[in-house]
Amino acid sequence: MSVDLEHYLIVGAILFSIGLYLALAKRNFVGVLMGIELMFNAVNLTFVAFSRFVQSPNPLDGHVFVVFVITVAAAEAATALALAVLLYRVRATINVDQIDLLKW
Amino acid sequence: MDDTGTVVAFYLLSAITISSALGVVVVRNLIHAVVFLILSFVGVAGLYITLSADFIAVTQVLIYAGAVSVLILFAIVLTPTGDRGNQETFLRLPALLLALLVAFTLGYVAIDTDWAISDREGFQQTASVIGEALLDKYVLPFEIASVLLLVAMMGAILLVRPDSAMEGK
Amino acid sequence: MMRLDADWYDFRDLGNTVGSLLEQIRDWGAPDWVPYVVSGLIGVLAILLWTILSVLAFIWIERRVVGLMQNRIGPNRVGPNGLLQPVADALKLLFKEPITTRDADRILFWLAPIVVFVPTIVVFAVIPFGERMVLADLNVGVLFLIAVGSLNTIAIFMAGWSSNNKYALIGAMRTIAMLISYELIQVLVLLAAVLFVGSMRLGDIVAWQADYGVWILFLQPLGVLGYIVAGAVEMNRSPTDIAEAESEIVAGYHTEYGGIKFGFFYQAEYLAGFAIAAVIVTLYMGGWTLWGLEEWVPGWLIFLGKLYGVFFIYIWSRGTLPRLRIDQLMAFAWKFLLPLSLVNVMIVGGEKLLWQEAELSSGEALPVFGVINWVMAVALIAGWAWFLGHQHQERVAHRALLTKEVGAIHFGEPAPTV
Repeated sequence: MSVDLEHYLIVGAILFSIGLYLALAKRNFVGVLMGIELMFNAVNLTFVAFSRFVQSPNPLDGHVFVVFVITVAAAEAATALALAVLLYRVRATINVDQIDLLKW
Repeated sequence: MDDTGTVVAFYLLSAITISSALGVVVVRNLIHAVVFLILSFVGVAGLYITLSADFIAVTQVLIYAGAVSVLILFAIVLTPTGDRGNQETFLRLPALLLALLVAFTLGYVAIDTDWAISDREGFQQTASVIGEALLDKYVLPFEIASVLLLVAMMGAILLVRPDSAMEGK
Repeated sequence: MMRLDADWYDFRDLGNTVGSLLEQIRDWGAPDWVPYVVSGLIGVLAILLWTILSVLAFIWIERRVVGLMQNRIGPNRVGPNGLLQPVADALKLLFKEPITTRDADRILFWLAPIVVFVPTIVVFAVIPFGERMVLADLNVGVLFLIAVGSLNTIAIFMAGWSSNNKYALIGAMRTIAMLISYELIQVLVLLAAVLFVGSMRLGDIVAWQADYGVWILFLQPLGVLGYIVAGAVEMNRSPTDIAEAESEIVAGYHTEYGGIKFGFFYQAEYLAGFAIAAVIVTLYMGGWTLWGLEEWVPGWLIFLGKLYGVFFIYIWSRGTLPRLRIDQLMAFAWKFLLPLSLVNVMIVGGEKLLWQEAELSSGEALPVFGVINWVMAVALIAGWAWFLGHQHQERVAHRALLTKEVGAIHFGEPAPTV
C-alpha cells in the first residue's frame, strides 16, 4: 500500500467537482462563494502534489504558485463578500435566482 | 510514500475532507455549511502536511480557516433576510451532471497519464526556498499580488461605505 | 551545550528520561512506530497534566493577588488560606446543570467550548520546555503559533452565534474585530524577531539567544512591547476583555453557557494566557536558558519560572488598569501599533542586512543594534503619540443616523429597487 500522485489528484478532482456543483447550484450567493473557495483549494492541492512527486529542476515553484493562488483567493473573497453586502443593501436579497435585472 | 503512518494519515484526512465538502452541499443550515467548509480547509491543510509542504499547510490554516471563513461568516451575519436554508436553484440537476462529468474526466486523465515521477524524498526546508524564489525569480508577480491586495482592500471598503450624501444631515 | 551525563536520572532535561525509555522499548524489539507513538503520548499527557495543574494553581493565585492589589483579602474561606478554592470552583462547575436554551443551535452550542479549548492547548506542542522537551519541533514553528491562534476567532463566533442571544452576538462580533486587528500586529512583531534569528523554528530561536548571550527582549524593545500588548488582547483578559465585560454585556459570548461548558471557556482563558506568556518567554526571554544557569538548574524549571513571571505581569495589569472601550482599542491597534510595527520591521530588516553584508561580528553589531532600537523605540512611541494626540479632535454632536438612511432594509416594508 503506497500513496502516489494519482491518489492526490483524484482527491483534488473530487473536491473540484464538489466545488463546481456548489458554485452552480446553490441559491445563496455566499453558498456560491463557498464553492469557489473549495475549487481554489482543490487546485492548490493538485499543485502541491505535482510539486512533490514530479521531476523538476525547481520543485518548489509549485508552492510559490500556491502562495499566489491563496493570495488572489483571499482578495477575491473580500471583494465578492463586499459585493454581497452591497447587493443585499440594494435588493434585500442575495438569492441568485432573483438578481436578474440584466436578463434579456 | 509507502510507510504505514503516511498511508493511514492520507486516507483519514481524505475521508474527513471529502465528507465535510459533501456536508457543505447537503446540510440545510447555512452556518453549519460554513463550519463544514472550515473543517474541509483544515483537512486540506492536513493533506499538505502529508506532502511535506509545511509552510503551505500553516498558511492555509492561517488564511483560509482563520480569515476567509471569518469573512464568509460576517457576510452571512450582515445579510439577515437572505436565504439561510442552503437550498439549490432550479439548475441542480444539470449542475450535478456537469460536476460528475468533470470529476470523471479529471480522474481518468489523472490515472491514465504517464507522469514523470521523481524519486526524491520529502522536502526539508520549504519556507526559505519559497522566500528566496518570491524575491528572486518571482518578484514581479509578488509585487503585482501586493498591489492586487491593496486594490481589493480599497475596493471592498469603498463598496460598503454608507453613501456620503447621507452623513451630517 | 554539552551535558555532563545524559543518563535517565539527569532531570535537568526530562527528555533524557524519555529518551532512555524509548531506547529501552526499541531494545525489546518493538516495531518502528511504537517509540514514536509512545513519545507522542508521553508529551501530550505531560502537557495536559501541567496545564491543568497550572490553571488550578493560578485560579487561587490570581484571585488572591488581584485582591491584595485592590486592598482586599481575596478568597480565604475554603481551605487553609483559601487554598482549596480552585477545587471548590472545579466541583461547582462539574456539578452544575449544563442548560442548553431552547432556541440555541444545539450542535454548534455543544461544539463551541471544544473548539475554543483545542487551539489554546495545541500551541504548547511547539514550545520548547527544554533542550529535548519539544513535542513537535516544526520548521515553521512561529507561523504555526500564529495560525493556531487565529482559529480562536471561529470558535468565539460559534459560541456567540449559537447562543441565539443578541448580547452574545454583540460580544462575539466585538471580540472578533479586536482579535483580527491585533493578530496583524502579532505577525509583524514576530516577523521582526524571526528576522534576527533567521529561522522560524522555536528551538533555533532559543539556541540563538543562548549562543549570542543576549535576549531578543534587549534588542527589540518595540517588538516586545507590541507583543505584550497584542498578546494581552489575544488573551481576552482585562483591560481588554470587552468580550466578557461583566458590567456591559452580561458575559459576552459565553453568556448562555453554564456548568462544565463555562468551565471550558474559563480554562481556555487561562491557557491562552499561559500560551502567550510561553511565546514571549521563548522568543524574547531566552526560553529555557539563563546564560549558563541551566547546567545546574533544570531548564524546564527556569522556563516555568519565567513563564509565571510574565503571567504575573498580566495579572498585575488586570488588577490595575480599567477596561478599554472597543473604539479605543481599535484606534490604538490601527493608528498607533500598526505603523510602529511596520517601522520596526523595516529597521530590523535593515540592521540584519547590514550585519550580513558588512560581515560584522556579533560583538560589535549587536550592542549597536540594541542601542539604535532602544533610541528608535523611545523616539517613535513618544513622537507618534504626540503627533496623534495633537490632531484637533473636533467633537461635533451628530444627530444619530437612522438605519434606514444608510440603506438597511426594514421588515414589512417594500424593498427599495434600483
